[in-house]
Amino acid sequence: MAEKILTKNFDLRDSHTLRVYREAGGYRAWDKARGMEPAAITEEVKKSNLRGLGGAGFPTGVKWGFIPKGSTAPKYLVVNADEGEPGTFKDRYILERDPHALIEGMLIAARAIDSRVGFVYIRGEYVQPWRIFSAAVKEAYDAGLLGAAVPGGGFDIVIHRGAGAYICGEETGLISSLEGKKGWPKLKPPFPAIKGAFGQPTIVNNVETLVCLPHILTRGAEWFAGLGTKTQGGTRLYSVSGHVVRPGVVEAPVSVTLRQLIYEHCGGIRGGRALKAVVPGGASAAILTPDEIDIPMDVDGPKSKGSMIGSAGVIVMDDTVSIPDALMVVARFYAHESCGQCTPCRESTGWIYKMSHRIVEGKGRKEDLDNILDVAKRGAGTTICAFYDGAVGPYISYIEKFRDEFEALIRSGAHA
Amino acid sequence: MPKLTVNGKEIEVPAGTNLIEAARTAGVEVPHYCYHPGLSIAGQCRLCMVDIDKVPRPQIACNTVVAEGMVVETETPRVKDTRRSMMEFHLINHPLDCPVCDQAGECWLQIYYMKHGLYDPRMTDEKVHKPKAVPLGPHVILDAERCILCSRCVRFCDEITGTGELGIFQRGDHSEIGLFPGTALENAYSGNVIDICPVGALTDRDFRFQVRVWYLDTTKSICNGCARGCNIEIHTNKHRTHHNQGKRVARLKPRFNAEVNQWWLCDAGRYGFRWIDDDSRLTAPSIRTDGQMVETTWDDALGALAAALGRYRPEEIGVLASPQMSNEDLWALRRLLDGLGVVNRDFAVPPREPGEDDKLLIRADKNPNTRGATLLGLAPGAGGLDAGGILDAAAQKKVKCLWVLHHDLTASGFAAARVTAALEGAEIVVFQGTTASLTSARAALVLPSAAYAETDGTFTNFQGRVQRFRAAMPPLGEAEADWRVFGRLRARLPRVAADSALGAERPEQVFAALAAAVPAFTGLSYRTLGDTGQMVKA
Repeated sequence: MAEKILTKNFDLRDSHTLRVYREAGGYRAWDKARGMEPAAITEEVKKSNLRGLGGAGFPTGVKWGFIPKGSTAPKYLVVNADEGEPGTFKDRYILERDPHALIEGMLIAARAIDSRVGFVYIRGEYVQPWRIFSAAVKEAYDAGLLGAAVPGGGFDIVIHRGAGAYICGEETGLISSLEGKKGWPKLKPPFPAIKGAFGQPTIVNNVETLVCLPHILTRGAEWFAGLGTKTQGGTRLYSVSGHVVRPGVVEAPVSVTLRQLIYEHCGGIRGGRALKAVVPGGASAAILTPDEIDIPMDVDGPKSKGSMIGSAGVIVMDDTVSIPDALMVVARFYAHESCGQCTPCRESTGWIYKMSHRIVEGKGRKEDLDNILDVAKRGAGTTICAFYDGAVGPYISYIEKFRDEFEALIRSGAHA
Repeated sequence: MPKLTVNGKEIEVPAGTNLIEAARTAGVEVPHYCYHPGLSIAGQCRLCMVDIDKVPRPQIACNTVVAEGMVVETETPRVKDTRRSMMEFHLINHPLDCPVCDQAGECWLQIYYMKHGLYDPRMTDEKVHKPKAVPLGPHVILDAERCILCSRCVRFCDEITGTGELGIFQRGDHSEIGLFPGTALENAYSGNVIDICPVGALTDRDFRFQVRVWYLDTTKSICNGCARGCNIEIHTNKHRTHHNQGKRVARLKPRFNAEVNQWWLCDAGRYGFRWIDDDSRLTAPSIRTDGQMVETTWDDALGALAAALGRYRPEEIGVLASPQMSNEDLWALRRLLDGLGVVNRDFAVPPREPGEDDKLLIRADKNPNTRGATLLGLAPGAGGLDAGGILDAAAQKKVKCLWVLHHDLTASGFAAARVTAALEGAEIVVFQGTTASLTSARAALVLPSAAYAETDGTFTNFQGRVQRFRAAMPPLGEAEADWRVFGRLRARLPRVAADSALGAERPEQVFAALAAAVPAFTGLSYRTLGDTGQMVKA
């Protein structure tokens, strides 16, 4: 088993406390970062090949570099802890088991982008993570790690709880919600780094992304980059759910293959059954068939099969699963969660759900499948945010890869 | 200024212009729903997609700013296909109830479907149902099923009036426009949301179901509701006279003028047209005979007025002109009074309730032509009495002929007793105006005036902008434009010399005469005024 890095504190007793975090070497990276020039921190992060781990996989150091040089405006660091992608639960583990790692990561990032205020947007349903993280923030304030004492003008953390909308995990939807508005994604340009929260330059980073920073600073960018593949450094947390023997959060280098994740880390398919399909990166990723799992689970591996690594939420389905049922479930999710702002997404998520539901009810028509595919493709790439493109992934892949199953269901009107 | 190419045509537009506006200057219409030049960019309808050279996917034109050397194509197969898709998305949950929808005929879903849609509908499932026929306020009614959620109305209330009554509630295809709890859409500009709603979601409670819009005629005009002089269109129903409850004016709509009202019109102006077709309109001259008002001919009425004007010395005549009258009316009157030597003249009658300027359009002065009346010299002549003085002189029987134009003095800011004393004190009271009132009821001679909507003319707004309005229909009954009446009157008054204003046959001739005589109007003509008007000389 490879070395645990992001999860190294997870199994320590009271790992959520400042005392245990410090005993395990915590806040030493911050001590080092305090002595570094902000630009040097950004440079180190760029060299580490750290990619955003919330879903989009954008290089973190490059993103920081979009903050206008020499801007005297207040700059905000926003932490996306709205973990809402179905099949993803890794940030929850971090918030509950290693909250100080996030605080330390925020301090480092804030120094790099010259931010004095960090907002942590926590998913509304995450009550326990919110309690634990809030207690850790209080501990950090009491210890002088946060507040006015932070060099460079102080650093404060504001915790904001979401209210249950998936779209508020989208970078600009989150910013709208944080501003007290309806959680509608914003038109780009302007991008958040230019004009983000409250109209100021803003960097939105995922929880796990920030938690990588202390390790990069203490052990060096080369070391971190070396853990992964050519285009992505480090390890990451895979949330594996579904029909495996040992579901849960698995830390592995990003070079791990999907097959290894399923059969080695998670003990294979339950009851010795056959793998039917697997979603590699949360509900928005295209589905893969058993012959497509020999791929590295970095940003490029799933992409080579027309899918995406997304939030690394691996959903494993054995041969008991009805793919038309699965499509109906994800279609219902997207119809329910579409914010309603852009016409193509608002209208077609509902329409596709109705069609997929009708098919499952045994009232499918032979033109339904082509209609779903056509509607999905027509709307793809036409909206303000990536939500609809995320919905299109399952719509198209479920039908194209399991068309026989859909057609049999439509013909017979009943599940086989 | 960046140069770019739109559909092969090279254009140059100011930096910062978006592609919808840039295309417009090239004569190309990019279809859109949510974009409105007077509101912030929403980018929601996704209809305005265009192809831009070197950009992999079509982009929304509303949120794309021009750049030097940009090559934009609005009619590529890919753009046309995207547009057709967007039309389908807009319509899958739309009730398609055009036959009973008041917007039919001026609905952008209909227009763009015929122009850019024309697909075979594929949606066979149950549509989403939402609230219908929901009154949002005194003027606006909502059908949420017809709404395409372009958010123009929401942005109008947020950005233009700042009242923020409207929001979009719920999510996904259950999203709907609605009022925030405890509010109603009753701001002073609420009717504008009806204009900017591209579909039949927000319709006019006043206008709906009165007449189909394709029966309406449109005339460019100027609102007479206050000193702003908002540019409007008068929509008249002449072809289906049994519709619209037999009334000719069906509705008023704002007409864009960048310098005056942009795209907007206040509710007071928009709905303040009832009087034009009201039963209280004066439609024939009448004269008091044996204590009773009896209809008479214009010849007899003008003869009676000429006789009265000839009977009294100039200082025994008092004239109250009105800033509701056009520049043409006022100038012809001025020439007549100068010819008679009448100096007891004024136009400023205080209102009963003082108005208030607001931050958008509404002016405290509820008259469309106060500035014109001032510039054209309808204020008291040398040694003449002002309005209050004329009334008091009438009460003291010093002014014996009191000629009141348009004002209802009994509804003015003058005390009732002062008005009564004047109307009773004068030997003869002449009323000339559009509408019967307690003032006209006390006159011995009543002359019916054409309404502004029934005649051509100009008003000068508070900024000094001279703006044309046009006759939307002939005067009601025997009513007549005031300037024409003054000309006919002059012919009966040998004391008053002939004059190009008083001898005019068309209003532009009166205007030409005043432009030649009054320095502020030098160089102006109906042709130079055009549709948006011109400023008087400072």
